[in-house]
Amino acid sequence: MNKVLLGLVLGAILGAIDGMTAWFTPEARVQIASIVIGSTIKGIISGVLIGVFARKFQCLPLGIAFGLGVGLLLAFIVAHLQHGYYLQIMLPGGMVGLIVGYATQKYGSLTHAQRA
Amino acid sequence: MKQLSDKIVAKLQADMQAPDLAGTCYSLVRYLARGGMGSVWLVEDTVLHRRVALKVLDLVAPADDLAARLLQEARILAGLEHPGIVPVHDAGTLPDGRAFYCMKFVEGQTLAQHIAGKNLPDRLRLLERIAEPVDFAHARGFIHRDLKPENIMIGAFGEVLVMDWGLAKVGATGLKLPSHKTITSAEPVQPSSRTPSPTTSRVTGQGRVLGTPGYMSPEQARGDTEVDYRTDIFSLGALLRFVLTGCTPGEKSAADSNVPRPLHAICGKAMAADPNARYQSARQMTADIAHYLNGESVSAYPENLIERAGRIYTRHRTAVILVAVYLLMRALFILFARR
Repeated sequence: MNKVLLGLVLGAILGAIDGMTAWFTPEARVQIASIVIGSTIKGIISGVLIGVFARKFQCLPLGIAFGLGVGLLLAFIVAHLQHGYYLQIMLPGGMVGLIVGYATQKYGSLTHAQRA
Repeated sequence: MKQLSDKIVAKLQADMQAPDLAGTCYSLVRYLARGGMGSVWLVEDTVLHRRVALKVLDLVAPADDLAARLLQEARILAGLEHPGIVPVHDAGTLPDGRAFYCMKFVEGQTLAQHIAGKNLPDRLRLLERIAEPVDFAHARGFIHRDLKPENIMIGAFGEVLVMDWGLAKVGATGLKLPSHKTITSAEPVQPSSRTPSPTTSRVTGQGRVLGTPGYMSPEQARGDTEVDYRTDIFSLGALLRFVLTGCTPGEKSAADSNVPRPLHAICGKAMAADPNARYQSARQMTADIAHYLNGESVSAYPENLIERAGRIYTRHRTAVILVAVYLLMRALFILFARR
């Protein structure tokens, strides 16, 4: 699996999990479907961005920092649109970015040209 | 009458054994070592101005088959061009009638010297590199038949060399060497005039068995005529055990208990009494070692669920910790939300 695809898959899975945990917040339960879809899309976007970065730059600390940054930024935008829940949205968002950043640097294959 | 000391006797013997290099392009520098069939000398190539090693038959070994064996060894080496196999430069007969061949002079350490103080991954990578030329030789149809720590040299730049192909045999699928018959273990061998040391002895019981006890496979020890490349797999297993514990096969060691189970299993599979139960190539064996080094499962060791989980955790420790922290954080958020 290449790094971009790995980022996409991982971002989607963690994003979906992220969204599903909203079910435990009673006031958000009615909007669970849109939250899960939105969170998954956010995960996919951050996963692809982090995957592309990992394909360009093979550096673990840089990849983690980029992942964390992208995760936090996207989560901030979502939290800003929600007018609140900054901690509840940004902390997991940053964590997801960090995990995807680490995973795409450590795992996933490079392109043939890069291997050569 | 005053008796000569062993040291003086050895010096006199060495001087007597010194090859006659008159009329050749070599000049003698010093004695290096003893091989199975003769002695090895450091000489200077006066034409190319380089130092090379000269393997010369013993003066007292008149048998033609030994000369043929030495030439066979030189031809085998010449046919095996590989960075892990010492190249041969020249072969022939010296003015004193002794057969010789000239090869690259390798300065370095023996396997035993080299592995001292090395960590486990480095030792395993070393064994992978020993297996490379062996696998190459097998692919060309040659069987070494005398792989042991003394026959492995590690050069000054870390190059690993498999030495002493004096017992090598051309396998059934191997190349036919020109004008000389293949010498098999069934043929009688004249014992050397000197008594080799116990650690380097070659068993020549009934003149049929060739090899080093502990490192040779059961079928080779029995004197089977049809030993194949899997006899070298057995020796590689014995070498792996040596690399892991520093002990020769058959020797009990406390270090055995410290050997990880998968590596123990790899040793066991390589040294199986039945050749069919062994790895069927040196490459298969090194693949298992590489799997172990990469934290993957090895074919020789069926692990249980706990061992598998432990291996995966060790291999992906950071990823597992990150996911665990994420899940913990999520759980805390849920708990917090419920309150």
